[in-house]
Amino acid sequence: MSDLIVWIVLFPLFGAVFCSLAGAWSRRICYPVAVLSMLGSVWASVETLMQAILSPVHEVSYLLGGWSLDLFPRGVGIEFRADLLGALIALVVTGVGLIVSIYSKFPVQRETPGKETMYYGLFLLQISGLAGIALTGDAFNLYVLIEVAALTGYGLVALGSNRAAAATFNYVILGTIGASFYLLGVGYLYLKTGTLNMVGIREVIETNGLLESPAMQVSFVLILLGILIKMAFFPFHAWLPNAYCHAPTTTSCLLAPLVTKVMIYVMIRMTLSVFGVEFSFESTLWTEVLPWLVVVAIVCAAVMALAQREIKRMLSYLIVAEVGYMVGGVWIYNYYGLIGSIFHVISDACMTLCLFLGAGIILEKCKTTNFDGLRGLFARMPLTMIGFFIGGFSIIGLPPTCGFFSKWYLITGGMVSERWEYMITLMFSTMVMVVLFFRLIERMHLAVSEDGKNLGAGHGDLGLSKEQSRFDEAPLSMLIPLLLAASIVLLIGVYNQEVVDQIEVFLGAYNLPTGVSYK
Amino acid sequence: MFEDGSLFTHLLVDRLNYVIYVVLLMIGLWAMVAKNNLIKKLIGMSIFQTAIILFYVSIGVKEGATIPIYLSEHDPHGESGEVNNAQSSQPERPQVLEASLVAGYNNPLPHVLMLTAIVVGVATLGLALSICLRIYRAYGTVEEDELLLKLESEELRSSSGSRTRRWRPRSKRKAKVPKSFENTRSRKGDGDSLTSDGSQDAKARSRRPSKPKKSKDGEAS
Repeated sequence: MSDLIVWIVLFPLFGAVFCSLAGAWSRRICYPVAVLSMLGSVWASVETLMQAILSPVHEVSYLLGGWSLDLFPRGVGIEFRADLLGALIALVVTGVGLIVSIYSKFPVQRETPGKETMYYGLFLLQISGLAGIALTGDAFNLYVLIEVAALTGYGLVALGSNRAAAATFNYVILGTIGASFYLLGVGYLYLKTGTLNMVGIREVIETNGLLESPAMQVSFVLILLGILIKMAFFPFHAWLPNAYCHAPTTTSCLLAPLVTKVMIYVMIRMTLSVFGVEFSFESTLWTEVLPWLVVVAIVCAAVMALAQREIKRMLSYLIVAEVGYMVGGVWIYNYYGLIGSIFHVISDACMTLCLFLGAGIILEKCKTTNFDGLRGLFARMPLTMIGFFIGGFSIIGLPPTCGFFSKWYLITGGMVSERWEYMITLMFSTMVMVVLFFRLIERMHLAVSEDGKNLGAGHGDLGLSKEQSRFDEAPLSMLIPLLLAASIVLLIGVYNQEVVDQIEVFLGAYNLPTGVSYK
Repeated sequence: MFEDGSLFTHLLVDRLNYVIYVVLLMIGLWAMVAKNNLIKKLIGMSIFQTAIILFYVSIGVKEGATIPIYLSEHDPHGESGEVNNAQSSQPERPQVLEASLVAGYNNPLPHVLMLTAIVVGVATLGLALSICLRIYRAYGTVEEDELLLKLESEELRSSSGSRTRRWRPRSKRKAKVPKSFENTRSRKGDGDSLTSDGSQDAKARSRRPSKPKKSKDGEAS
């Protein structure tokens, strides 16, 4: 069955239509429909990944609308193409979607009562948009899918409080600027190559020798700028923290792990597969400039995360810092850096999911995510806290978790290509993350109130009442997804070689340096 | 001035579309970034997207070419195309024209792409306008600086409220009175105590007899 690749996108798409229509009849049907369609989508993406691994060329391709490559030249008809990278990212997207859809039962009922129909419709459309971005092989179709994901994302954020609506406005403006720049870049690309198919563009660039063309340079700059805005790279990050920390719980759990990472996937796809290694990395100034921008980005985002006194806002700034990691991993232009970058896309999606699921449970049980309200949470919700801090330790990069291995490759890449500034920044940011998460742990175990009064009687007594320290876990539909995400973080860490093997097969097709390359 | 090769001709005659598109793009970008009013920002967004549409439409057009529908002599299904039709094995499939014939048609693909982009633009604009409406209902303004002030004060209130709120005996709590109600009560009190103002009040009434009673109360206090 070669059309399974389309079902990755179609399951949530049909689910969304069904939710919107059947929701008028019964609102209760939306939750099971969402979970079921996500299950189907995960099954299809696992099968597609297996097909891609087993096939001799390591990719699965499908032309929509019954066009075929035998009768028409490449570029007629829209192609869905899953090479190993695309299939891996699609699996991450659908997997996160499944976990969040299971988790969404209580938060959606509580935060958007009466709007479940619309919420699940947008939720499923968002996933089909993001999975489509990972799978499509057509540059303009990519723009449409970016806009599908963005528009549903605006809707999902704005469904929250009034404050969320105000934050969404900036998100809309910046998101539109980013997507429009991308569209403009694709226009120049089409002007020069005459095709929109990604493989076709690559072929035309190679055969016609377009590497020196100024129009190609303009196109590259516009596309890269658009993607950098969409992925909230540091100077363009202003929309992200507000949007994510005021959004409804489920929305931030879904958007935070996926949107920025998928955009980094688009950047890797554009630089490696469309423009090609020589064009992107050797004939432009970007390799000189961007690593320094990354340094500024990581340092600023880490310091701003340090200044926050609210968990969700702190996590949002962490995402901005992580975006810096991955952009840097690509632009130090090195084999190991790219392995690290791709692996970090996968592991960062898992650990960010873990953290946001945990923060959502804290918000649900404590009604606040301010640092002041966290005292004694380990006694009340030990399982939630274990899940949350496995995600946190992965962000820091402690060994059994997947964050350690991806950071290992990133630092190796920085070392091998002698980008010391990038390496040192990674170390610095790791230290900041240690402070961030151990400060949280300290907050939870401290027996001192905000105005400095000692409340406990010593020997680990936090001065909490019986009521406050009673075992009081979240409902199972929220706890199980969190523990599932935490165990995935550990499993990817333990079996990291399996993932890296696939990434190495993907990168083997490109001629990347393994030593010092710039200068 | 209009001789071949001068910069003026180069920009304003040969590439007028592209110059206009860049100007429109910059106007839109400036409005989106620099304008204070949210609706004006959206107008800028619309101009920005329209500029890109103009660019795409321009690249599809060729000099001396016609719309991309088969001319009768090229049509494989038409009268003159009978010969072609008989030769090809699969007559119902679209026919690929030769390169020399294709030069006579405009490129339809960019125009078709823009159909999608227009739909996306309309959806974005509709969503953004509805968000604006919601912001206006919640905060009573669509000016960005006022909105930011209101958001800041709201944030301060919520964070200080969570820290300083303590339990107080019921007798010491302030009775909560809605603002409008409080105002009317104080006005009444003013009216009672300042009886000497009654004459002024009467003067005001005689000066502007058409005003409703509410505004007179406001003047008196």
